[in-house]
Amino acid sequence: MRPETLAQNVRDALRDPVLTGALRRATDTFAQRRQGAVGSLPDWEELRTQAAAIKAHTLSRLDHFLEQFVQRAEAAGTVVHWAHDAAEACAIVQQLAERHGAARLVKSKSMATEEIHLNAALATSGREPVETDLGEWIIQLAGETPSHIIVPAIHKTKEAIGQLFVDKLGVPASSEPAVLAEHARQRLRAHFAAADLGISGVNFGVAETGSILILENEGNARMTTTLPRVHVAVMGIEKVIPRARDLDVFLRLLPRSGTGQHLTTYQSLLTGPDPEGQGPRELHVVLLDNGRSRIAADERMQSTLACIRCGACLNACPVYQSIGGHAYGSVYPGPIGAILTPQLQGLPAAGKLPFASSLCGACKDVCPVKIDIPSLLLELRARAVASGNAGSGGRLEKLVWRLWSWCERSPRRHRVAMWLARIGARVPFAAKLLPPLRAWAASREVPKPNGKSFRATYRGEREGGR
Amino acid sequence: MTRTVALFATCLADQMWPEVAHATVAVLERAGCRVTFDPAQTCCAQPAFNSGHWPQAREVARHFVRTFERADAIVAPSGSCTAMVHRYEQLFADEPDWRARAAALAHKTHELTAFLVRELRVTELGARFPHRVAVHDACHGKRELGLYDEPRALLRAVQGLELVELRTGEACCGFGGTFAVKFPELSTAMVDHKLSGLDEDRVDVLTAVDGSCLMQLRGRLQRRGSRVRTLHLAEILAAR
Repeated sequence: MRPETLAQNVRDALRDPVLTGALRRATDTFAQRRQGAVGSLPDWEELRTQAAAIKAHTLSRLDHFLEQFVQRAEAAGTVVHWAHDAAEACAIVQQLAERHGAARLVKSKSMATEEIHLNAALATSGREPVETDLGEWIIQLAGETPSHIIVPAIHKTKEAIGQLFVDKLGVPASSEPAVLAEHARQRLRAHFAAADLGISGVNFGVAETGSILILENEGNARMTTTLPRVHVAVMGIEKVIPRARDLDVFLRLLPRSGTGQHLTTYQSLLTGPDPEGQGPRELHVVLLDNGRSRIAADERMQSTLACIRCGACLNACPVYQSIGGHAYGSVYPGPIGAILTPQLQGLPAAGKLPFASSLCGACKDVCPVKIDIPSLLLELRARAVASGNAGSGGRLEKLVWRLWSWCERSPRRHRVAMWLARIGARVPFAAKLLPPLRAWAASREVPKPNGKSFRATYRGEREGGR
Repeated sequence: MTRTVALFATCLADQMWPEVAHATVAVLERAGCRVTFDPAQTCCAQPAFNSGHWPQAREVARHFVRTFERADAIVAPSGSCTAMVHRYEQLFADEPDWRARAAALAHKTHELTAFLVRELRVTELGARFPHRVAVHDACHGKRELGLYDEPRALLRAVQGLELVELRTGEACCGFGGTFAVKFPELSTAMVDHKLSGLDEDRVDVLTAVDGSCLMQLRGRLQRRGSRVRTLHLAEILAAR
């Protein structure tokens, strides 16, 4: 992303009345549902603490738990592949499809496959998978990208979806959710029945058993992972957890945080393929690094990988609520995207994202694994500035802060600087000359200092007097 | 026992709204404290810290630590500046000596309403302010210092004051330091959301424990030509 793109995206998003209205209602609804579901668990805070501890422990010994996962998965008959980056991961899936002569592919919702742009890679050989999650399918029909981690089509109204179906499917116009869902069901059933290969993501990989867990509400992931004869699951390496009983903690946290449900409608816990039965004859797990081991080795940023992709921070974020997911210009939007994307793509490409936050901390409050997102945003800002990368405002801003620092570490210089600032605030044309003041004054009155400063008028006791 | 309190006036209250700093002194004295003001004080370093300019922020933070570390208690009329002092540990992560000094300082640095309610256990200050008042929970005060009950307890004790809860709850006002000028349209959209419902709820005065939020709220209200006034919570507590 070019440095200026984000600011322009934000301005465009704010001018979109659908976004500014419908998105806020939708995210508020999710936030309220979450609040209700969380309220039903008296030990919520204790669960968050446990989850954070499990994740921290796992990330501190990630190699160990991954090795254990691979060993147990292979013992159960799963074929495990390692992908260093997006290109490798896509090539692995591509080769599997070729080897099995799979022409028709279906896919259930997965952010990891969005991250590596798997659909586009498979499309080059005419194998673009059909998305089977309703929201993802809508997005695919529209030729767009998801704007939310768990609600990919959150930026679309039911009227817009009805019109999309008229245009793309030739069905009669309707904005009735049940009618629209029925159209999707009819078409997706045919795809499931014909598919040779199913692709999914993974919510949790259990090291102890080599199992993968997939959570969903529509049954499409269950069908994607059972009907085709080959199942390929793409799993970020940070998804591993040590024990099956850790799921007891995460299964109570994730659905409540994401959709406000006590539990998702379906939980598919898969351990190896099912060559004799009705399931897939082969199960492949592609372990995706794509920058994750670098984050895991970075002590201050490691907790970024604790994320379980619930989307609660998006719904709680006043920035996300105002501009939606697309404006971030990255696969992962919202607060988690603002810390994850610059680490996956590097600060030159995404160094501006950590600055697009008021640091209000709403994300930290709702995070089920207690990621201190504001502190990580601040750390990334410092790194972006130190490395002279996008978002830091360039040399002029650096010079301003140097001057500021020089003034503020001396009481005498501080007084002079403040005196100048007070004069500046009273000069009518100052707001036109100084870019930051101009940006402020476009929509807000510039504060006018009242009379003399406190230090000039205070008649009480003075301590120090340096 | 009289507590001696070193006032950290904060840049905004010192320079832009001295009445807020004067009100803070009045309230603390009414609560039985002896207040001192060290004119060597400058800024808490938050603007540079939040903008990612940490080497520059560190120098200013060091000045803050040197200025205040001999005080028994430091009180500021700002949750945000107080929270910054509590964040010095992150700023000095690689400097163990300064981190220790900063941690010791953070321990005795308090936001005004937290100091009154938690430390002095005072809510009744003999204030009178017959208006409908809504309190904006400034994010840093709310989320980093846990302030919520404290400002409300103090406001409820004010004679004639009618406390109104904001429809937008704990939503951010959109200030966020340099965020307000780096993303001015977004910051404005956020403050407009924050201000929704004020007229319907017949709010006379919007208050907060943070000058920076108040600058944002006031700047937008004035531009919209609203009749809603903004006042720092200290000014209400000092009113008679």
